[in-house]
Amino acid sequence: MGRNLASLSAGLLFGFGLALSGMTHPQKVLGFLDVAGAWDASLLFVLGGAVGVTLVSFRFILRLGKPILAERFIITRETHIDRPMILGAILFGIGWGISGYCPGPAVALIASPNWELLAFLPAAILGAVAEKYFELRSQKRAMQARAAQKPVAKDDKPDSESPSEGSCG
Amino acid sequence: MAIGIDTFLPALIGGALIGIAATLLLWLNGRLAGVSGILWRLFFANPGDTLWRVLFLAGVVGGAALYYAVSDDAPAARETFPVWLLVVSGFLVGYGTSLGNGCTSGHGVCGLGRLSLRSLVATVIFLLTAIVTTFVVRHLLGVM
Repeated sequence: MGRNLASLSAGLLFGFGLALSGMTHPQKVLGFLDVAGAWDASLLFVLGGAVGVTLVSFRFILRLGKPILAERFIITRETHIDRPMILGAILFGIGWGISGYCPGPAVALIASPNWELLAFLPAAILGAVAEKYFELRSQKRAMQARAAQKPVAKDDKPDSESPSEGSCG
Repeated sequence: MAIGIDTFLPALIGGALIGIAATLLLWLNGRLAGVSGILWRLFFANPGDTLWRVLFLAGVVGGAALYYAVSDDAPAARETFPVWLLVVSGFLVGYGTSLGNGCTSGHGVCGLGRLSLRSLVATVIFLLTAIVTTFVVRHLLGVM
């Protein structure tokens, strides 16, 4: 109950802040990204205001050991700067730079939808679902390939494969 | 470049509210407020892992609705922006944030907040790519 209320409250603040900051105006976002035009620097203050808070608060929170209403922090331990991350950031940057929409504002704009959102948001969901589908499929194939290799590998080099292999995630 | 107190103050306060929201979600629930992750994983999450996502997203919509109700500042659609470009843009944003595990809020606000080098690199990459793309779309292709 408390956890649900916390999610809802955090969402409310987040959405209000997004709309107040101007981020839900795609033309304002593009005015910020368009450094060759009449540059609108105000969105620098959005990022500055947000990161200014999280830089301080996250330090204290992560020292607590566990969150107030849940068992543990669910934070990715991923630190690799790998190809999927770089490619993903590039594709996202292209998409963001075309229209001025990123996921947060697109969700917030459900509060005041227009035809732009009706084109953008379903396409974004489709893109994310397509990516997950390819990701899961390639994971499955890699596991099947490893399972198929296993008996052969066992005959050749009995000590080369660890028994825990194949359990993924 | 023109910037007055009437534009930077709402931006700064709005940004701080986003930061406070991310703080609350991490402090109380142990979750990072990355909108792309919260939204995309909704479609693949376990049943017990969906409600907080739905509530957070509903909150985002409700918070924006509240602001539009008191401010009369709801964005209007562009008159001549091509629909197909919005569709391409949407697909790339969805695909890219899913592949790269984060967007402006996940890598930008939360990742930078916890001093993640991976998020810093991601943020620099998507920001630079977006700046180049905007230049191409606006100044070379002439789409506004």
